[in-house]
Amino acid sequence: MNDTNKQTAVHWIRQSVVVTLILLLLCGFVFPVVLSGLSAVMFPSQAKGSLVTADGEAVGAANVGQDFTEPYFMKCRPSACQYNTYYEDEEGSQFYNDGSEFAGLASGNNNYAPSNPALTERVEADIEEFLAANPGVSREDIPADLMTASGSGLDPHVSPESAQIQIPALAEASGLSEEELSQIVADNTTGKLLGVFGEETVNVLGVNLDIAKAMGLVSQTTK
Amino acid sequence: MVQLVLTILIYLIIVIPVGRYLYHIAAGKHTFADPVFDRMDGVIYKIGGINPKKGMNWKQYVLALIGTNAVMIGIGYLILRIQSISFFNPNGIEGMEPTLSFNTIISFMTNTNLQHYSGESGLSYLSQMLVIIFMMFVSAASGYAACVAFIRGLVGRTKDNVGNFFVDLVRITTRILLPFSIVGGLLLVWQGVPQNFNENVAVKTLEGTYQVIAMGPIAALEIIKHLGTNGGGFLGANSSTPLENPTILSNLIELYSMMLLPGACVITFGKMVGDSRKEHLAKLAPDNALPEHRESITAKIYGREGRSIFLAMGILFLVGLSLCCWAESQGNPLLAQIGLDQSMGSMEGKEVRFGIAQSALFTTVTTSFTTGTVNNIHDTLTPLGGMVPLLHMMLNVVFGGKGVGLMNMILYAILAVFICGLMVGRTPEYLGKKIEGREMKLTALCIIIHPFLILVFSALAVATQAGQAGITNPGFHGLSQVLYEYASSAANNGSGFEGLADNTYFWNMTTGLAMFFGRYLSIVIQLAIVGSLMKKNYVSESAGTLQTNTVSFAVILVFVVYIFAALTFFPALALGPIAEHLTIWG
Repeated sequence: MNDTNKQTAVHWIRQSVVVTLILLLLCGFVFPVVLSGLSAVMFPSQAKGSLVTADGEAVGAANVGQDFTEPYFMKCRPSACQYNTYYEDEEGSQFYNDGSEFAGLASGNNNYAPSNPALTERVEADIEEFLAANPGVSREDIPADLMTASGSGLDPHVSPESAQIQIPALAEASGLSEEELSQIVADNTTGKLLGVFGEETVNVLGVNLDIAKAMGLVSQTTK
Repeated sequence: MVQLVLTILIYLIIVIPVGRYLYHIAAGKHTFADPVFDRMDGVIYKIGGINPKKGMNWKQYVLALIGTNAVMIGIGYLILRIQSISFFNPNGIEGMEPTLSFNTIISFMTNTNLQHYSGESGLSYLSQMLVIIFMMFVSAASGYAACVAFIRGLVGRTKDNVGNFFVDLVRITTRILLPFSIVGGLLLVWQGVPQNFNENVAVKTLEGTYQVIAMGPIAALEIIKHLGTNGGGFLGANSSTPLENPTILSNLIELYSMMLLPGACVITFGKMVGDSRKEHLAKLAPDNALPEHRESITAKIYGREGRSIFLAMGILFLVGLSLCCWAESQGNPLLAQIGLDQSMGSMEGKEVRFGIAQSALFTTVTTSFTTGTVNNIHDTLTPLGGMVPLLHMMLNVVFGGKGVGLMNMILYAILAVFICGLMVGRTPEYLGKKIEGREMKLTALCIIIHPFLILVFSALAVATQAGQAGITNPGFHGLSQVLYEYASSAANNGSGFEGLADNTYFWNMTTGLAMFFGRYLSIVIQLAIVGSLMKKNYVSESAGTLQTNTVSFAVILVFVVYIFAALTFFPALALGPIAEHLTIWG
């Protein structure tokens, strides 16, 4: 290699390295920090995760579903990560509501193919459980979304039909009237965007906050 | 149905101004924002010792691209290995294991974004920013730079200058990706995507239990993930999570961010070819001038040549979308058998807020535009619904991400011209250049690499213990999982049939290699083809010249693509998704 070639090579390496470092700083650091700053000023609540509170304490996030067990609370869809909801025993060990060990923050689905027998088994078990908790409901009337797991395992919504079908059992357990509960569901229902895009959804955590308020379990909520 | 038609119509309108803007950036023309960006770029050129006026030939361009990518890989790998340091790491994430780091860094540098780790537990915020977000910008910019150089070569203004790689890289990053990301990122935060550097929040629920909720710079990653057609999510379940994609509006923003630039590339191509044609015609003597009606159409938005390519891609896209949407709305017959009503469609793995229509659309878009982000879990799609994303990655020409789809489609156009040329017994021409032996050999080589990578690696995986160990679903679907993983790697898509247990030595290494060759071999060969075309002189059109700017050429192109795909992939598809479909509906 003669001197001119060497010089050219050095010049090329210099360009590659310097451009890499500048872009690293610009895209990898300045951009996310600037965006955080702007978001914190313009949309402070969303930037911090849209947390919802009851009596001043955060009890969940508006966009994340939760695993509810009390009979007077509406249920979300099945979830492989059980909505990252857990309890602690005296020794500080963490367990999901079903008693298995909490695996840490996660998201996702069982990834069962439509042809996988494990899928049919899981759905069958969930149907049995639901029918036991909601007497008077017949198997054919259960909407599909309530017995299938969402992709994220964090879906905060159920369809309006899935909310409706839970109302009789909720009324029984909570002591609220079916009309009151229907009103609560309606208050927490979001229509399609411009009447066209997306689907109608009911926010389960929103419904349960209103139920808790109506039952007098909490006095103040923000959503 | 109505929402799908409207969503696509809106796309066709907004892609036009973006295409115009991209064309101005690529062709070095004046834009309204020049006063700001010229200064910013000027500083970068000065520090880097870059002479923006100095062009490169195709070999130098490829060398600069690969060399710079190599530097980026080195720095990124280092950061992944030492990410356990307590800088921007509030959740105390550990360092990453070597083969997983290798896979991750190749995956993000090649714009694939295949993820064998889970974002929640595998990456610190520092890595999410300095590795993932950074790579999302520069891998996309590298791809677009290669595409712009490819178009310059096809247009052939000079005999060897395809532009300066460093200038293209910087201009695309500062003038397109960064400003679009800031605006889009803010829109996403407005819709509820978190953007902060706090540690994950644990709240006490109404029932007295606890729930842990993910935090972090999610919006920043989310916007460039789509804009750069990258696809790797901040969280394991990607854009299906309500943290990355909380509303139908955020879904549309993400959808359009991944569709805009690949579509705009085709417009850029059309316009640049149109410009050069006008210049060329102006040089010719008046008695050689072409009939008038041809010139009058050049004002068309997409450019004459761009239009037929766009149309061909559009047809392929709509066929896939219709099949996917139909298959998903049919539901799962096995669940119907145990009495679960399927009138809602197959809801397993889908979010209520998106439903069947927006899930099917997102699935088709993410694999056509090779993004790889998902708003539903592809492993749970019905067999035929899941075959569409698989097929579109195998084709790798339906728009395609970061300009690569356009480059691949041009190769198919060359192939189509060649086949038509053989039928009428004339030397084939494309864009006024003769297509001869050297170009055809390179084209054939480039087209064959993709199926070679997918099928050979799949065969290796199903033939070995280490490969089989990753398969998690029984029956024919197992083969679909394997095919999907390699199709996704070779097409630099990055979505997955997530069930595959892929964080093992075998899967990390083989998919890493598939991604590497799928990306760089294609780019080198494609630029070599234009390098060879550039040296040729224009041939004048005659009555026997095949018109490549017509609807009939678009249709020919669609058939060439489908025939080639059928010949290559049909046996594998028959053993995977098609067999599974026949089993559950049988």
